Amino acid sequence: MEFEQILFYVFSFWFVASSLAMIFSRNAAKAVLFLILSFFSAASIWILLEAEFLAITLILVYVGAVMVLFLFVIKMLNIDKSTLRAKFAGYLPLGLMVAAVIIAEMVLVLGSAQFGLDVVAAPVRHGADYSNITVLAMQLYTTYVYPFELAAVLLLIAIIAAITLVHRNEINRKKQSIPEQVNVQAKDRVRLVSIASPNKEKK
Amino acid sequence: MVSLSDYLILSAIIFCIGLVGIFVNRTNIITLLMCVELILVAVNTNFIAFSHFLGNEAGQIFVFFILTVAAAEVAIGLAILTLLFRNKGSINVDVTNSLKG
Repeated sequence: MEFEQILFYVFSFWFVASSLAMIFSRNAAKAVLFLILSFFSAASIWILLEAEFLAITLILVYVGAVMVLFLFVIKMLNIDKSTLRAKFAGYLPLGLMVAAVIIAEMVLVLGSAQFGLDVVAAPVRHGADYSNITVLAMQLYTTYVYPFELAAVLLLIAIIAAITLVHRNEINRKKQSIPEQVNVQAKDRVRLVSIASPNKEKK
Repeated sequence: MVSLSDYLILSAIIFCIGLVGIFVNRTNIITLLMCVELILVAVNTNFIAFSHFLGNEAGQIFVFFILTVAAAEVAIGLAILTLLFRNKGSINVDVTNSLKG
């Protein structure tokens, strides 16, 4: 067994194991941590596939931003009570049956007879002077520049939508009142009081 | 050598785990969102495996856009979740039956 194969099986094992632990853990915070482990394993597998840029992006964006967002929401909402009484017995047999059938069909379709090494040969590994980021950037800024701009607009819309959804009502909002700030006078802010000094009264 | 079918079967297994997660955790919306993330990662692994074995970078570009859309989806999904918790006091799926669908 080659070293690459050993790496593939180790990463695959952790990917599958942490995904299973994620869906069967009752605590939402633990589920997030298991999902982080499975994202790390996915990134390792992507590096085996020579997609370094996307692997690093997966770790930075998903583990660094999205999963932390999940953890923030879990911490803010204090949902431990609702997850404790989450019962998942009812649909487990049906779900397992559906998953087993899908996996069996996929193995039949995607087996080594159709996508094995003798059908799709493994490509030659790139040399040390190959840069994945350069290749992706050449594609992204020439052929796919219009979808790239659209993705930026989509992210902007997502930001605005998220903020608008959460800040809908006026009660909790702290906002600036420009007319009050402009019309303020010195007497509104400073109050001069004369305090009788206690030492003088003693004399 | 690791063949293309190994990667494809691995991502099929991960996809099915995400599917079982949606079946199993029907009560908790946060876990449902995380299962959707798992399914998306499985699909992305498919794209990258094909891109590597066929020598075409378009698959990796597609994964880039899928990551963008998934990040937007998570942000809006969690915002809706916060609203739901604020209005109903729970994030149980069973309380979201106002539409009587």
